[in-house]
Order: sequence, then structure tokens, then C-alpha cells
Amino acid sequence: MSGFAQNTFNGLVSGAFYALLALGLAVIFGMLRVVNFAHGAFYMLGAFGAYVLLTEAGVPFWAALVIMPVGLGLLGMALERAVIHRLTTLDPLYNFLLTFGLTLILQDLVKLRYGVQSSPYETPSLLSGSVDFGLFDFPTYRVFILGFTVLLCVAVWWVLTRTRIGMVVRASTERPDLTRAFGIDVGRWVTPVFGFGIGLAGLAGVLAAPMRAVNPLMGADLIIVVFAVVVIGGLGSIFGSVAAGFGIGLVQAWGEAYLSNFPLVSQTIVFVVMAGVLLWRPAGLFGREEAPA
Amino acid sequence: MTNTVHTPTDASRSTPPSGLIAVARAPGWVRYALLAVGLAVAAWLPNGLYPAVAVDILCWALFAVAVDLLLGFTGLMSFGHAAFWGTSAYVTGLVAIHAGLPFPLAVLAGALAAAVLAVPIGYLAVKRTGIYFAMVTLAFAQLVYYVANEWRSVTQGENGLQGVPRDLFGVDLTDDYFFYYAILPIVLLGLAAAWRIVHSPFGRVLVGIRDNPARARALGYPVHRYKLTAFVLSGFIAGLGGGLFAVGHRFVSLDVLHWTTSGKAVIVVVLGGIGTLWGGVLGAALVVRLEDLLSFSGFEAIGLVTGGIFVLVVVLFRRGIWGSVAALAHRLATRRR
Repeated sequence: MSGFAQNTFNGLVSGAFYALLALGLAVIFGMLRVVNFAHGAFYMLGAFGAYVLLTEAGVPFWAALVIMPVGLGLLGMALERAVIHRLTTLDPLYNFLLTFGLTLILQDLVKLRYGVQSSPYETPSLLSGSVDFGLFDFPTYRVFILGFTVLLCVAVWWVLTRTRIGMVVRASTERPDLTRAFGIDVGRWVTPVFGFGIGLAGLAGVLAAPMRAVNPLMGADLIIVVFAVVVIGGLGSIFGSVAAGFGIGLVQAWGEAYLSNFPLVSQTIVFVVMAGVLLWRPAGLFGREEAPA
Repeated sequence: MTNTVHTPTDASRSTPPSGLIAVARAPGWVRYALLAVGLAVAAWLPNGLYPAVAVDILCWALFAVAVDLLLGFTGLMSFGHAAFWGTSAYVTGLVAIHAGLPFPLAVLAGALAAAVLAVPIGYLAVKRTGIYFAMVTLAFAQLVYYVANEWRSVTQGENGLQGVPRDLFGVDLTDDYFFYYAILPIVLLGLAAAWRIVHSPFGRVLVGIRDNPARARALGYPVHRYKLTAFVLSGFIAGLGGGLFAVGHRFVSLDVLHWTTSGKAVIVVVLGGIGTLWGGVLGAALVVRLEDLLSFSGFEAIGLVTGGIFVLVVVLFRRGIWGSVAALAHRLATRRR
């Protein structure tokens, strides 16, 4: 029983990363119709930034947790203004290609400066050790990640459903033309929303730094899994993306624990689930059917 | 969900017809002259470049044409074609090593394996269009990559398959110069097959589906089945290239299945010109040559350059080389009239 709880907990923690990245992808896609391939690269930059801030400037984890998302969010906004903006009227595939190119550039820039080996990042002292839950104890840092991510998702949900900004964002996601017709300046919100999505990726990166190996390629493989996650959840649905993120984290952890005879399971199960979803509900579990092709 | 299926002509609607149509409408002597120049360059290539680079260009030309068959003529951007290129490379290598068949048969076996793999992946992927199609194919290619990485008893994992023989009934092909001429007929056959597909009634239906899937369906065409057929054919041609690539390098590494390989194939096509078929061949030649130059000069961050090309091409040069030249020729031709 305690083994099951442990696996479930670990699944939720890795699911938290998927959820944060999928959430960023989903809000960006909703507002701009851009699938941001570079999302994984910004996650990597978040982790690397935290590492560089700590080792070269002595900036602690807590400060990095604020500095990196804000800094990367601003960088994302600049990027949106500079290039992505020019391509949004074209087929979304062009922005996919553009951000793919950016991924290669960002990865290689970091590789040139810091090499490919992984760098360790120490867990902040406040969060080292473990929390005792009676039957078993969990590393404090992981409990923090899970709690923090859940809080963040709830906050985003609150902003989207309870505030005026959220209303505008939702309206322009669903019917950009109609929203414009009501006299709302949709274009004004595009850049901040893009920056916000990138900021979430950077935040996920900072959170990952003490837990995972910090190296230039850490985001690349992850983003492909997150793509599968958003196909499963339905990219148009923000709730679906987050739910699928946590769900896939759970399924992976359970698969790893109970099907350990098959070493491939933890890596490939997400793609198998995606194949099943495509057969059963091509639009994704929470997605709406596209107009018939 | 805006259901924009990729149509290269959309991006430049006010501009002249696509490169391929421009060529098709050109007078007969222009077309034959272009063909003659192309063949002459292909026959001369290993005299002007390192033969090994020339071999790579041929393989990548097949890969690019396979991707363009989907991207340019069916409106589907596969971001996972490394799955077919790489699967064929591994199967070709294994068949050549263990069965000792002459290399064209090994390559054929590899390409058939790629086509077989394309059936289930294509069946699932064509359920989605546009950007989702790209994400789904990318994800399945990653699945193939993980399987190859874990299945060490067969693929040798990160060590790669070493010592793929270049056997052709005892003819000595260890010199890349002669090997180039040995594979040239196979590559030309593959390119001719792609040209034939595009200009067949089947290919016309594909273009119809690309431009207006709803209308194609209303006319009674089974859209999914057409897309799947195109996907499998494309997988076969990509597999042909991948198999030759394996024999050419006498070595297969996991790189052939990596997502960067898929992405490179797409940018080669965009650089050459989407929907121009031969543009992809030009793009392949340029990118392979450039990467060779960079790796020779000891420059390590090749991704920086290929990524930079990606960004520049997408932002400034979406029509590609062939498309730009065709548009220019069209403008000159109409001015004269």
C-alpha cells in the first residue's frame, strides 16, 4: 500500500512538470494558434539560468524562482514582437518550424558555453529533508513542487474564469473575430499571453533544476512527450492539457512500477496512450471536434 | 479550431503558380533542357565534390522528395519522417550484415519495412490535420527512437550497427566514387517514381485534397485512404533514401531516428521550395554540403547554423529556391508578352 502511494505521489510530481508545460502551450495556442516547439528550450533555459545565477552570482533558489520566469517571459514577449508576430497570419506550421529552429539555436548556444555534461543543483536548505505522512515520508522538495504547481494551476484557472482579463482571453481564444467586433483589442493581449506561457516554461525549469540533471538537452525530449500529452488532452482545452499532464505522469509512474519487466514502458506508454486516444477520440479527451476535414 | 490545411499557394496567393506548375507550363524545350542539366549535374557530381558527400546528397534528395510528396502535394507536414528513414537504415543494415544480400535487395527490404511501419502510423496520424499531424508524427517517431535505443540486442543501442557491407555480386564498391554511380540509378528511379505519383490522377486527387478537403470528400473521394496511401508511398521513398544512407556510411547510428533528422528533412524541403519536388533536391544538396563544410572546419555548433537557416528561411524565404526562381521566370515571361 505504501508502495502504491509512493508511486502515485512520484507520478503526480512528474505530472506537475507536464502540466505546467502543457498549460503554457495551451494558453499560447489558444491565443496565437502557435504550437511553440521552443517551449522545451525555455524550460531548459529556466533550469540553466537558475544554475548559472547560483554558481556565478550566488543568487539563491527563491530569487531565481522569480527572476527566471519574469526574465524569460520578457524575452518571450520580445520574441513574439520580433518574429512570431509576423507569421501568425500564415499557416501555423510556419511558426512551428520557426520555433523548431530557435530550439536548435538556443540548445547549441548553451552547449557552446557550458558543454553537454549535466550540472548538479543543490536543493534549497529550507526544502531538503523529508515530510512524514505517517505510513511513509516524502522528500520535502517534491511535496513543495506538487503543492506549488497545484496552487499555480488553480490560480491560472481563477484568473481565466473569474477576472475580466481571463474573460477577454477566453473569448479571443474561442471567437477572435466576434471578440474584436465587441470592441475588444485582441491584439493587445497576444504578446502578454505569449510571455506568460514562456514564463511558465521557465518556472517549470527552475523547479526542475534541483531534481533533474541540468543540461542543454533536458528540454528537447521532454517537449515531445508534452506534445503527446496535449494531443491526448486536446490542445484547445486548457483544463484538458493540465489534466492530461497529471494523468500521464501517473500512468508513467504506475507503468514503471508494475510493468518493470518491460524497461521501455515508462518512456513509451505516453505514445501508446496517444495512439489509443487517436483511435477513440481523435480530438483529444477534452478537445472539441474539428470542423470535418 | 481554424481548420487550415497547409496550402503553399495560400502564403502567396497573389503570386504566380507554384514552381512545379510553372515548369509544367513552360515550353517543351525548357523542360527537357532542365532535365538534361539535372542529369548532367548528377552524372558529374562526385567529380566536383567529395564522393562521400555526393552520396549523402543523393540519399537526402530522396528523403526530401518523400517529405515534399506529403507537405507540398497532400498538405500534411510530417515531422516524424526520421522514423521511416531510420527504420529502413536499420533494417537495410541488418539484412546486409546477416543475410549477405547484395545491397540493392537489402535497401529494398529496408524501404519495404519503412512502408509497413508507415501503415499504422499513417492510419492514426491522418485522423488529425495541420499542426496536430506534425505533433502526432513527431511523437510516433520518438516512440520508434526509444524502441531502437532500448532494443540493444538488435540495434546495438548507442554503439550503432557497424560494418554494413556494400556487396554487389562481388563488385568492389569500397570506393565512394564507384558506389555513387552504383546507387545513382536507384535514386533516379525513386525520383522518377515520385514525379510519376505527383502527375498521376492519384496525385491530382491529393492536390485536390490539399486545397479543399471538404470538396474532395463531397466529390466522393475517401480522403483518409488517399492520405494514408500517400503517407505509405512517402515512407517507402524515405526508406529508400535511408537504406542507401546506411550502406553509404557502412554504419547506422541512433541519429538516423532522432527528431532533429525529421526536422532537417522538413527544412530542406522548405529551403528548396514546398510543392516543387525538385526544389527539395536542391535544398538537400545545399544543406548536406554546408554541414560537410562546417564539420570539416571543426565548427562544433552545427545546430546553430541549421537552426539559423531554419529561422531565416521561414521568416524571409518561404517560397524557397525553386519557388523563387519559378516566380521570377514567370514574371519575366509575362512581361515579355
